[in-house]
Amino acid sequence: MSARGTGRGPLWREEISVSSAEERYVSRRQLAKFLVLTSVGMFVGNLWILAKSWLTRAPAYPLRRVATLGEVPVGGVRLFSYPSAADPCILIRTASGELAAYSQKCTHLSCAVFYVHAKSRFECPCHQGFFAAQDGRVLAGPPQRPLPRIRLAQRGDELFAVGVDLGEA
Amino acid sequence: MEPLPPSPPVQRRGLTVIDGALALIAILLIVQMWLLTATLESFLAGHPEAALPAAIVSGVLAAACGGLYGFVRGVDRAQSSLSE
Repeated sequence: MSARGTGRGPLWREEISVSSAEERYVSRRQLAKFLVLTSVGMFVGNLWILAKSWLTRAPAYPLRRVATLGEVPVGGVRLFSYPSAADPCILIRTASGELAAYSQKCTHLSCAVFYVHAKSRFECPCHQGFFAAQDGRVLAGPPQRPLPRIRLAQRGDELFAVGVDLGEA
Repeated sequence: MEPLPPSPPVQRRGLTVIDGALALIAILLIVQMWLLTATLESFLAGHPEAALPAAIVSGVLAAACGGLYGFVRGVDRAQSSLSE
């Protein structure tokens, strides 16, 4: 049986005049428009970061007791949290008897680092990132930034955390 | 002296120009993506001083993309009027 209408094909083709191939066709102009809109989106993202950096005030670090002086022997560690409970830190006494505290989060992907006294360094077990115990600088591995150092203050026999130095990459 | 080869048809030249502009837009976009991720990582690491120059450069790149889009539209329109 022949199709109704003009005889150019079935009736549904006359009523649905746009083919699926044409529907999916993206012109160069449309592609350019999409790319430019994405570019504007990237710019807005940069503006958002700029606004956040202007609106975010420098954090106020609390004073928090960490340990007493005799509590950490040479080669020993003490774990604490600073400035918030979600920021694990580690206090160590180096071979020279000096006390130092660092954030325990690896600056690569935030795994917990541990202190290896024999090598005087911190090691990250996830991706073998190594940090110097003296100043937290990166010795090897994927981390790009040093471990944030916790500023310590001594009052009598007690040790307090008073701030955080993020350090330079 | 050998004769010069025949120049390509106007429409094909127009398409080549548009393709070149699109490639340039794509390259600028990749640079912008890298800039955004680097700025974000720097900001989250506590170094917000990179945010202002990054925003300026990103704005310049977005403006360049917009300019190239205007160019593509212009060439596209000229091609359409030629083919009609």
